[in-house]
Amino acid sequence: MRWVIAFLRFWYDFIVGDDWLIAAGIVASIAVTAVIADQGINAWWAMPLAVIALLAASLRRAVRKASGEAQAREPS
Amino acid sequence: MMWDEMTRSVFLFLTAFLASGVEMVEALTIVLAVGVTRGWRSTLLGAGAAALLLAGLIAALGPVISQVPIGALRIAVGGLLLVFGLQWLRKAILRASGYKPLHDEAAAFEKERVEAGRAATHGSDPVDWYSFTVAFKGVFLEGLEVAFIVITFGAAKSHGVTIAAAAAGAAFVIVLAVGATVRAPLSRVPENTLKFVVGLLLTSFGTFWSGEGAGVSWPGSDAALLGILALLIIVSLVAVRLLRHERDLARLSAAQRGAEA
Repeated sequence: MRWVIAFLRFWYDFIVGDDWLIAAGIVASIAVTAVIADQGINAWWAMPLAVIALLAASLRRAVRKASGEAQAREPS
Repeated sequence: MMWDEMTRSVFLFLTAFLASGVEMVEALTIVLAVGVTRGWRSTLLGAGAAALLLAGLIAALGPVISQVPIGALRIAVGGLLLVFGLQWLRKAILRASGYKPLHDEAAAFEKERVEAGRAATHGSDPVDWYSFTVAFKGVFLEGLEVAFIVITFGAAKSHGVTIAAAAAGAAFVIVLAVGATVRAPLSRVPENTLKFVVGLLLTSFGTFWSGEGAGVSWPGSDAALLGILALLIIVSLVAVRLLRHERDLARLSAAQRGAEA
């Protein structure tokens, strides 16, 4: 059982990485783009916009985390 | 049409070459540190076994993936490249803006060397399993992402696997030749900048292919890749600038709080 968990954990870390928001956001963005394209709209702009939004959101989360850790290290 | 084909092939070669080169520099640091400290035989055995396993993975998965319908494949490949690309780009932006320490091969080499020196010796065993395992793990883990990039490129474009494998091979020969010559970590390679470039290229390919897979028709066909790349470069540079500014302000206010206290 421990091996199975370690195996799954390895693949989770390998594919999803530091921020699950990126992986989840990409899946949602591709799905939304496919739905729009299915309606006959050539939504070529959807993926670039989604990628930029995801990058911004992930950076914001990382910066907040880093700032929080820095404040916790500061002597009170 | 010919130019479109050329654009995609050049991008593909460059991305696979840089991604492989950067990962190989990191793997070389681990192999060098263990080899210099504990001897070369078991270290090279471990590195060779990992390289064989990676080659086997590409050879086994490449043909299987090419059986998947192209639409579904482009979504999967584009999605995977986007996940990898955005992770690389995110880390590169955080490093460039000072929120994450820069990767330092000399420091990584020293850390590995100290750990290898502390580990128990192998006594009469002909194979030093510490050296074997560390070299195997280092080469396999650093190479796994490159193997996936080669496989996905091969799946999304005809002759893609040949181009990507040739690029990875060229990077392997260059890194190995330089490593064998200098016998020291390649700390002068601008690794952080290269990672930034690889992140931009992977994200561009990922955006392009996942869009195509979702049913989008790109304006300008393959040339849209250049447009996506240009957009991502601008966004990333703006992000670095904004984050640096924010960090400077945070440091200033922390210094003021310190002075008041």
